[in-house]
Amino acid sequence: MSEVFTHPPGLTAYLLLAAMLFSIGLYGALTRKNALAILISVELMANAVNINLVAFSRFTGDLIGQSFAMFAIALTVAEVVIGIAIVILMYRSHKSIQADAPSALRG
Amino acid sequence: MMAWIAFATIAFVILSAGLQVVRSVDLVHTVFWLALTLIGTAALFVHLDAEFLAAVQILLYTGGVVTLMLFGVMLTRRIDGVHILHESAGQPRAIACAVALFAAIAHAIYADPQTSHAVLTDLPETEALGQMIFSKMVLPFELLSLLLLGAMVGAIVLARKVDP
Repeated sequence: MSEVFTHPPGLTAYLLLAAMLFSIGLYGALTRKNALAILISVELMANAVNINLVAFSRFTGDLIGQSFAMFAIALTVAEVVIGIAIVILMYRSHKSIQADAPSALRG
Repeated sequence: MMAWIAFATIAFVILSAGLQVVRSVDLVHTVFWLALTLIGTAALFVHLDAEFLAAVQILLYTGGVVTLMLFGVMLTRRIDGVHILHESAGQPRAIACAVALFAAIAHAIYADPQTSHAVLTDLPETEALGQMIFSKMVLPFELLSLLLLGAMVGAIVLARKVDP
């Protein structure tokens, strides 16, 4: 085991860290009832994906991974902007941002 | 050895802050734990020799997204008490889902022999990243700016009060 730690952490360590963060985000997205908190959990998952992309870039010596991560960050910002606008709209029409508040389309 | 200590510290910060994001009951605390997670990720980017991305991460995420989230929290609650509480539901099933997903990803990671054989490779300087974005990926870059413009206009149209 001590032999493992003489080398710097390998790609597996980073991928496992990202997988853990992604699973935590999924747990949050499934359990939260507040629409804003669900959006925050989705942010966690997007963040985990960025860790993966940067780690791949570091271990292949190719900058494609980093530029993908940059595009992903910008896309996530756009997603957050629209998400918060929808949450504010939802608050205006339902006076609540619980995810189960809009039920007008329920049969 | 030093690399392991740095990695373990950053991983501990990221994971514990991430757990607090999904566990804390105060919505404002949730946003601040998210900020800590994002800062930890920026530190990990520095650790992975992606200094430019770390700067982008701090500027856009912790500067932009967290501020937006706080505005969202404040705009969607009448501030009558200090604490803005929110609840969770269905934890056992969600834990099962999250653990199953993690097991599936971990299995995929260990099943691929390329993962364990990957070695650290020196990256070109940040200048090369700029060269790449403005030569090879200039079309996606322009499309992205269009998308951001669309998202901005869309957000304004959605959130503005409609005149009667």
